[in-house]
Amino acid sequence: MTHVTSLRCKECSREYPVGAFNVCEFCFGPLEVRYDLDAIKAAVSRESIAAGPNSLWRYAEFLPADHNPDVDINAGFTPLIRSKGLADKLGLEELWIKNDSVNPSYSFKDRVVAVASAKALELGFDTLACASTGNLACAVAAHAARGNMKAYVFIPSDLEAGKVLGAAIYGPTMIAIDGTYDDVNRLCSELADTYPWAFVNINIRPFYADGSKTLGFEVAEQLGWRAPAHVVAPSASGAMFTKIYQGFNEFAYTGLIGKVETKMHCVQARGCSPIATAYEEGRLIIRPVRANTIAKSLGIGNPADGYYALKVIEASGGSAVIAEEHEVAEGIKLLAEADGIFTEGAGGVAVAGLRRLVARGTIKPDEPTVLYITGNGLKTTEVVADVVHPIHIEATVAAFQDAIGARA
Amino acid sequence: MQRVRLTFLDRLIKEPVVYQLGKKFDIVTNIRRADIQEGIGWVILELEGDDAEIDRGLEWARTVGVRVDPALGDLVEP
Repeated sequence: MTHVTSLRCKECSREYPVGAFNVCEFCFGPLEVRYDLDAIKAAVSRESIAAGPNSLWRYAEFLPADHNPDVDINAGFTPLIRSKGLADKLGLEELWIKNDSVNPSYSFKDRVVAVASAKALELGFDTLACASTGNLACAVAAHAARGNMKAYVFIPSDLEAGKVLGAAIYGPTMIAIDGTYDDVNRLCSELADTYPWAFVNINIRPFYADGSKTLGFEVAEQLGWRAPAHVVAPSASGAMFTKIYQGFNEFAYTGLIGKVETKMHCVQARGCSPIATAYEEGRLIIRPVRANTIAKSLGIGNPADGYYALKVIEASGGSAVIAEEHEVAEGIKLLAEADGIFTEGAGGVAVAGLRRLVARGTIKPDEPTVLYITGNGLKTTEVVADVVHPIHIEATVAAFQDAIGARA
Repeated sequence: MQRVRLTFLDRLIKEPVVYQLGKKFDIVTNIRRADIQEGIGWVILELEGDDAEIDRGLEWARTVGVRVDPALGDLVEP
């Protein structure tokens, strides 16, 4: 059962009953889910969690929706791998990689949509919707298919069709909107006010966002019930980044782990770095930008949770780092060659950020560090297309041996 | 009704942009939240009026150098 008490404005702290809304009527601040953490503390133990399902629903007591198998595609509980190759290259003694690229629709968005879709059914919705150019669309369409719900996915009309194949395969109604990025934003806001749909990142957003807490819970459990010294994570809206930290802190409050001393490091790409730029300039005001990065899955120029991500950095003693655009593909290749994990642009950004943090001495060799890899490389193969250069030979053993410079 | 976030840089912080928005156009402006610091500031506004008039007003704001965004961040997620 859930232990939700209310929705609360993150700015003015006004409380609201649980429902499908995300904005404070008074100050237009974002709403977040409030829990009775003492009731959760009384209800959970390491043993009860370990006995739960091998999915994010093992943390159901901490989530704002009950587990509903009808819409569950088994998101979460992805591998936490002890790095060998990348750790050696960077001189780190304890580097862990949270490989969230192996979720059912191949990104961490399955976590947030798993919770959003379960909550949508609880609230009586029969339709999921989102505006997305990539991973979110895939997760929404997949969960809707599983839950026998209708799905509407809105995309800018200039988006290459192949980009949304991973969503289209699940059979949603896909609407391509003529107009600018701003036009798409505005239309979706109006539609969310007009139609009785669960727009996962609009009217269901408070519940949706909390799905990312499980990225904190899992890492803490998989590390043997402790939080790491450092987290390095890519950031777009800033929501996932803040929720990882919230996850650690909720585990600490409920006694499942000790005091959280994790330093949270946010990484963005040069072509879309509103959070990291604000950090570098020493201010808490985000200056929105027009996204122009090869790391498409980080392309949010006006990040809803950018301010809160900066507050997490400040509270944790962490930092924000900008990866140059040319480092994105380098990071993807490095992780693939060093540890056998093929990630998308966001992962390349995270790897590049980790390298910088190690190089500048922020992360010391003996400090346990977790690198979050949030999406799968097979979705964005064009970023690293230059790796394909086979050696052409005639179909003879001699030709093969000549080509590789070795005789048997 | 629209909810927007206006971001101002440098010289625009001293300009009465919100006042002019209501004066030049048939729009009712209502400030819900704001933060102005040295060199940068933002205002979250509720705008009431005819949709086309609001569009004209926001286009004017852009032309004078104000950045206009959805109040709660981008809704289009990758």
